[in-house]
Amino acid sequence: MSENDFTPDEMMTIAASRALTNDDVCFVGIGAPSAACNVARLTHAPDITLIYESGTIGTAPDVLPLSIGDGELCDTAITTVSVPEMFRYWLQGGRITIGFLGAAQLDKFGNINTTVIGDYHHPKTRLPGGGGAPEIATSSQQVYITMKQTLRGMVEKIDFFTSFGHGDGGDARKKLGIETAGPTLLITDLAIWKPDPETKEFTVVSLHPGVTRDEVQATCGWTVKFADDLEVTPAPTELELKTLRDLRERTRIAHSGKKEKAA
Amino acid sequence: MASFMSLRDAVAENLMDGDAVAFEGFTHLIPHAAAHEAIRQNRKDLTLIRMTPDIVYDQMVGMGMVNKMIFSYAGNPGVGLLRRVRDAVENNWPQPLEIEEHSHAAMANAYEAGAAGLPCAVFRGYRGAGLAEVNPNIKSITCPFTGEKLAAIPSVRPDVTFIHAQRADKKGNVLIEGIIGIQKEAVLAAKRSVVTVEEIVDELDEHPNTCILPHWTVSAISVVPGGAHPSYTHGYYDRDNARYIEWDKIAADRDTFLTWMKENVIDADPEAFADRVKDLRTAA
Repeated sequence: MSENDFTPDEMMTIAASRALTNDDVCFVGIGAPSAACNVARLTHAPDITLIYESGTIGTAPDVLPLSIGDGELCDTAITTVSVPEMFRYWLQGGRITIGFLGAAQLDKFGNINTTVIGDYHHPKTRLPGGGGAPEIATSSQQVYITMKQTLRGMVEKIDFFTSFGHGDGGDARKKLGIETAGPTLLITDLAIWKPDPETKEFTVVSLHPGVTRDEVQATCGWTVKFADDLEVTPAPTELELKTLRDLRERTRIAHSGKKEKAA
Repeated sequence: MASFMSLRDAVAENLMDGDAVAFEGFTHLIPHAAAHEAIRQNRKDLTLIRMTPDIVYDQMVGMGMVNKMIFSYAGNPGVGLLRRVRDAVENNWPQPLEIEEHSHAAMANAYEAGAAGLPCAVFRGYRGAGLAEVNPNIKSITCPFTGEKLAAIPSVRPDVTFIHAQRADKKGNVLIEGIIGIQKEAVLAAKRSVVTVEEIVDELDEHPNTCILPHWTVSAISVVPGGAHPSYTHGYYDRDNARYIEWDKIAADRDTFLTWMKENVIDADPEAFADRVKDLRTAA
């Protein structure tokens, strides 16, 4: 397998998976975060605790769930608790190290909109809404975000503050009485971003292999800042790629309809 | 005290026009058969409550039965948006839909407060969240001991809650297992409750900490095998993910939606559900 033989989407998922460690207790959002968390579990972080908001704690699904409450999650979990317990004891109680979220719209301070495009009361597009995200964003010790870069998705000003990141930057979280760190990492299909220690504006710290600064800027709605010591993200290893592709293939078969139960 | 009756009678006796009603289930055990019966009986002016309105609420909103929806995530999980709900919110079709939107943490706390007989729920939430600015039912309260500012919202107290569960014994004690979600709280918070079950058994064969609703907490029980489809019943049949994906196309167009509803809901009956899960059954 040549070094260039992977897609930007695969690079994004694998880069995100690398950010997770064995000791993390991760509250997993559906979609891209779910894939990244399970690749981490299947490669370098076999003991990571994955938690889905349906109440499953320490789950190890063989295929990626379509919803946050697929039976697979419960079958493979250490325990399954009620939804109020999940949000009160485990999330609000401060036991989650990483909240892993996706975003429909994101600004440079890590604020997320998954509620509406346009005015709230007369929306152009009504999105599903926040679900667990508003409190995942404030009660998890840190928040990681992963999304594909587009001009529609990464914008100067989001239409609605579904989940609070760093507000208008600086110590905005502290001012609201939020004591957790908030977004500390953004992984896109093109780059890895971290907030500036002072301003909290997301700054590109690593470009994925073959990606240029111009490409990052062309798909981002705000003026992008790049770190002085800009790095290149290591390409996916064969093991990482195989793990992700096998997981996706098992998932595709499982979601395609008729049950093809693995023995 | 739980009465055993047909789903038709259970809905007729317990769901009235204008009710605030919860059909709960957190991706698992969603009471589709009960919701379809409510659609056939053409209940009107309902306030629908649910953390995760999905296909059944999309159907009820699209059929013009709903004035208001209280919720925290209105999506087709893993697939996308609820197209009938969108059409109601964005275009008032088939009628305007008032929404009261919360976060999951808020709804979970509000159900728990309802079950606990409290007027409101208090929790650490909504900090910096836009919902606090557009939903007048989101307020704050100061802890009298520490001075910490916390979120407060009204408790949820439905007129009636519908849930689906694995089984009941002959007395009407109900067992729920797997992803138990918010169902116990939703039943205890409600004035009346209707439970559809896969089967009635002599003994529930429970371990000491099993999630059980004692028979005197439930108004009516109806046996409807497959009654959660395309959601699932842990230990009985799997989630029909393909139907969730398919729903996105059906709901995208008003006429396609109405045709589908006539064929699969209006002209069908609760007995149809058993057939829909026969290829999804899990090994005993």
